[in-house]
Amino acid sequence: MRFMVIVKATPESEKEGALPDAQGLLEMGKFNEELIRAGIVLAMDGLHPSSKGARVKFSGNSRTVIDGPFTEAKELIAGFWLWQVKSLEEAIEWVKRCPNPHASDSEIEIRQVFEMEDFAPILSEEQIQHKVAKRAQLPNQTANQ
Amino acid sequence: MSATDPHHATQQATDQALHRTIEAVWRIESARVIAGLTRLTRDVGLAEDLAQEALLAALEQWPRSGVPDNPAAWLTATAKHRAIDLFRRNAVARRKHEELARELEALEQTSPDLDSTLDNTISDDLLRLVFIACHPILPADSRAALTLRLLGGLTTDEIARAFLTPEPTIAQRIVRAKRTLADKHIPFEIPRGPELAARLSSVLEVIYLIFNEGYSATTGDDLMRPALCEDALRLGRILAELTPTEPEVHGLVALMEIQASRTRARITSTGEPVLLFDQNRAQWDQLLIHRGLTAIERAHKINAVRGPYLLQAEIAACHARARTPSETDWPRIVILYTELAQITPSPVIELNRAVAVSMAQGPQAGLTLVDALASEPSLARYHLLPSVRADLLYKLGRRPEARSDFVRAAALTLNTRERDLLLARAASCETDPINS
Repeated sequence: MRFMVIVKATPESEKEGALPDAQGLLEMGKFNEELIRAGIVLAMDGLHPSSKGARVKFSGNSRTVIDGPFTEAKELIAGFWLWQVKSLEEAIEWVKRCPNPHASDSEIEIRQVFEMEDFAPILSEEQIQHKVAKRAQLPNQTANQ
Repeated sequence: MSATDPHHATQQATDQALHRTIEAVWRIESARVIAGLTRLTRDVGLAEDLAQEALLAALEQWPRSGVPDNPAAWLTATAKHRAIDLFRRNAVARRKHEELARELEALEQTSPDLDSTLDNTISDDLLRLVFIACHPILPADSRAALTLRLLGGLTTDEIARAFLTPEPTIAQRIVRAKRTLADKHIPFEIPRGPELAARLSSVLEVIYLIFNEGYSATTGDDLMRPALCEDALRLGRILAELTPTEPEVHGLVALMEIQASRTRARITSTGEPVLLFDQNRAQWDQLLIHRGLTAIERAHKINAVRGPYLLQAEIAACHARARTPSETDWPRIVILYTELAQITPSPVIELNRAVAVSMAQGPQAGLTLVDALASEPSLARYHLLPSVRADLLYKLGRRPEARSDFVRAAALTLNTRERDLLLARAASCETDPINS
């Protein structure tokens, strides 16, 4: 399963030119190394403050562009990871091991990514057992594509 | 308290959530715990048994006490207690392992965190565990099961379901594998010098076997099992961090990332295979392709002769970079297959090279190479040989010969969908305007 793990912003991280402290960077760096060594990271990136971004509002046929910065810092995204793990609980366990991404109180949100299996048929228990029995009788032949 | 009692239902939900959390903790920590215990006990089978007992203890106690702050330390400490109990109870073992028991008791006095703060030790132990689980003295199937169990944190049942094999068969494989490792006194160490290349090759073989088990349909109604591909990819990525200076490891990871990138495009919604050139490339996972190309770059930075996995990855990368089949860099693929054929010569690679040559230089050039393989005994029952030959003959306008080769190929394949496709192509040879 894939999860997007979202680090929410804080008023401090939204300030222009704001940089995390050296100790925080060091600890987060160590955590990222641990994640990579565990083989579960697919992607990760940090985002500039919303002052460098924009929003587009959709209403019927109209499109309205609004420049950043945006208020409600804790609803904004400061960074994200994409992880490959087997369950939501595994993602939660890893997030619990994460150092606080900000100097003040903060939040990390975990969201599951839609994947093929969500749209494709799933084998029933009966089908699995049927395949187990059939497989036991067949020789091996590999085709590559 | 009935089953429909709301309090009962809530308790069940809580128990299930905690159970999943413990499973997650196991997946994250078990390899390290087992690796550390193996270093202490010098017996990987015993280490795994002890770790399993610690897991049972966790399943029993954590619902009441909660998940500890440092679950790995808790599991390791619990397992060590069991080991000491075991040595105390078994008088014979105690005489043999007296020193070991004393060592363990001494370690009991130290902080449980001490072992786990030494990063290098953990990485080294994990690598030792990888090498022992993939030891060439074990049959390939056993290596795969043992690796998934010790390093992947999968249960026997999960492994059985992933390989579509009965659970007792997998359980037996693992038991026998552990016994072989103990009987042959296989050491818990990182191979050095000339031995390293061969041993690493064995590890890569296991990981790729697991990947292919999930990736390649071997019979007509087999479905892909992407979860197994993910397990293999995770193991590959873990190994890449343990052995960052080994280009073939990055090569294998690259190959798996790129092959996995095609997952969505490779089968129809009803589970039928789609050939590479018929796939909708908009469904290829660009994130995985990017990761595969990055892994290839990582391998290139290590100055070494390209090995077979890296070469196969580079071939896969050629396809991955082409937005449409017509944009494929066939001359480059020919060079790569030629290099591959030199280091790992095989008739199948020669056949693939012939296909690439036909795309780069025209069907006649390819046909010449294919005809040179006609008497290859290992290809006698390989349906792709007549299938490729038929396709080249078709392109050269030699329809009656193409037809008979398509029919021959259809008779050789076990895959029902593929057989239908080949018979359809045979039929098209007759109805083609050139023949009328």
